[in-house]
Amino acid sequence: MVRVDGSGNSQGLIRARGLNKTYSRGGEKIQVLQGLNLDVDKGDFVAFMGPSGSGKTTLLNLLGGLDVPSAGSITVAGDEITHMSGSKLTQWRARHVGFIFQMYNLIPVLTAYQNVELPLLLTKLSRSERRKHVETALAVVGLTDRMHHYPRQLSGGQEQRVTIARAIVSDPTFLLCDEPTGDLDRKSADEIMALIEELVGKYGKTVLMVTHDPLVAARAHTTLHLEKGVLVEGKTPREGVFAGGAA
Amino acid sequence: MKFWRLIFANLFRKKVRLILTVGSFAIALVLFTFLAVVRSAFNRGIEIAGADRLVVVDRVGLMNLMPISYADKIAAIPGVKAVTHDHWFGGVYQDEKNFFPQFVIDAENHRKVYPEFMVPDGQWNNFAKDRQGAIAGAKLAERFHWKVGDRIPIKTTLYGGATWEFNLDGIYHTEKPDGDQGQFWLQWKYFDENVPSVIKSTAGWYIIKLNNPDDAARVAKAIDEKFANSPHETKTETESAFAGYFAKQFGNIQFLIMTIGGVVFFTLLLVTGNTMAISVRERTSELGVLKAIGLTDRSVLFLVLAESLAIAFFGGVLGLALALVMIPGISGAITGLLPPLLLSKPMLSFGLGFALFVGAASGLLPGIGAMRMRVVNALRRV
Ligand SMILES: Nc1ncnc2c1ncn2[C@@H]1O[C@H](COP(=O)(O)OP(=O)(O)OP(=O)(O)O)[C@@H](O)[C@H]1O
Ligand SMILES: [Mg+2]
Repeated sequence: MVRVDGSGNSQGLIRARGLNKTYSRGGEKIQVLQGLNLDVDKGDFVAFMGPSGSGKTTLLNLLGGLDVPSAGSITVAGDEITHMSGSKLTQWRARHVGFIFQMYNLIPVLTAYQNVELPLLLTKLSRSERRKHVETALAVVGLTDRMHHYPRQLSGGQEQRVTIARAIVSDPTFLLCDEPTGDLDRKSADEIMALIEELVGKYGKTVLMVTHDPLVAARAHTTLHLEKGVLVEGKTPREGVFAGGAA
Repeated sequence: MKFWRLIFANLFRKKVRLILTVGSFAIALVLFTFLAVVRSAFNRGIEIAGADRLVVVDRVGLMNLMPISYADKIAAIPGVKAVTHDHWFGGVYQDEKNFFPQFVIDAENHRKVYPEFMVPDGQWNNFAKDRQGAIAGAKLAERFHWKVGDRIPIKTTLYGGATWEFNLDGIYHTEKPDGDQGQFWLQWKYFDENVPSVIKSTAGWYIIKLNNPDDAARVAKAIDEKFANSPHETKTETESAFAGYFAKQFGNIQFLIMTIGGVVFFTLLLVTGNTMAISVRERTSELGVLKAIGLTDRSVLFLVLAESLAIAFFGGVLGLALALVMIPGISGAITGLLPPLLLSKPMLSFGLGFALFVGAASGLLPGIGAMRMRVVNALRRV
């Protein structure tokens, strides 16, 4: 169950309360988030929409522990991350968050296999255990036959699937996707979305996703809109499609 | 280190750049080691000088000769164990460019003062008996393919221009392999018989062996006082001060060497520092991703440092290998002008240390930049 009114109980997986984020640019303050509340349960699949500059990426960065809010708190699986020190937060990210960004962000000089293995290098897993995990992750995204290819030898959709494999390989608590299909054509986007749906439906992953594309957002269980620094629950996804048009 | 593959892959990301950077390290290291060996060749005289030896020269200057009678007077001073004397012969063997130092030595006492020059007793005895005898250092003999028994003609430039003939009676070695094995010795008695009368019965300089190095100052003072107010006043110094006086003749060269070395150092630092800064900047978003995944700031610094250290290491090793090959060649080409150029083990380690230091220093600023970079900003620049 996803809530934006701050009424969720402490059983939820992710709980944000009164989030504020202010940037100062040349003396001028920009308030991006203003008292935002959010509750997400395990296994939820949430899409965030909103105009460009509304703060979607900012929110995702805060939830993923990449940035700290100006005020408010975020609790994930009982851990309050807003007061963690830099290195604690880094460790927490490694354990709990899988990131999928718009640009595939693979290391170009490493093969698909090596890219997916990266997060595991931070764990105590042995070489053979790492191999098992990497192969499983690549199998989930359907790229077993491409694992020794370099990113430049892969299509955009395949690259994004490698990114997904890298995000899930360490079995994180939840996945954050910032416009995962933003750079892809319709067909590849559909494939990626089918994959993410499978991660939610079959593997019980919790996914928070930012998108501009109403068709993509329609795949999520819930769509939330960022408006004036807070989240509001969607009009139905269908309405969005016709109101916004396909990207 | 589990990230070695990433470090390695990053290293080979831009092959041309890698070759150029490793190449600058290698060339800088060749130059650096060359400067270091030349410098050490200049200084070697001072380093190997005996602490228990004094050198007596005419107060007016090294070119002024002193009476040979000083030898006995000096020997009588308490604390003096042995006295010998030298002359500079300054001849030419076959061709001007075959320069090597020739010393007119006093066969009776030379060995007592210079035990580090080792000549087999049989050879020495032949030399002592042979008026036209000569002894050559092992390196010198090797250079001209001389064997004991060869007859060696040397044309004088200082003493009348005649060609003198010598019999090579012996070869000397030094205890340490880097000792000076490039001298040529001839007998003072033969010299004295054949030089013009103004030079007869003279010594160019005296060398004194002390019973106890602690007496150096006292004995030096006693010698100079003894000959005060005579036509040939003396100046007595320790051998290292004397050698230092020669090295000081090259004082500007020393300064030049240090300056060139400094320029090499800073150029290399700037070149590699700039290269590392560029490669870090190119990878901003990748570093951001690595941090998002959970690499700590310190690991990111480590990645950058490891890369610049690896470049420095490969370039350094390559440069030192080149230097090892080249320096004996260069040394051969300039024999006689300088003591042999020797690339010693400490110099090799120092060279590698130098390379690694530059590597670390040039990776440090870009590395700290990468460390401080905030993930959100790094990712926004995609
Ligand atoms: N580091 C920063 N310094 C100053 N302002 C920033 C910074 N990061 C973001 N902003 C501003 O905060 C606002 C929200 O940015 P954000 O990237 O979260 O928007 P978004 O909803 O993700 O936009 P888009 O759909 O274009 O990706 C924007 O006005 C942006 O200019
Ligand atoms: Mg955004």
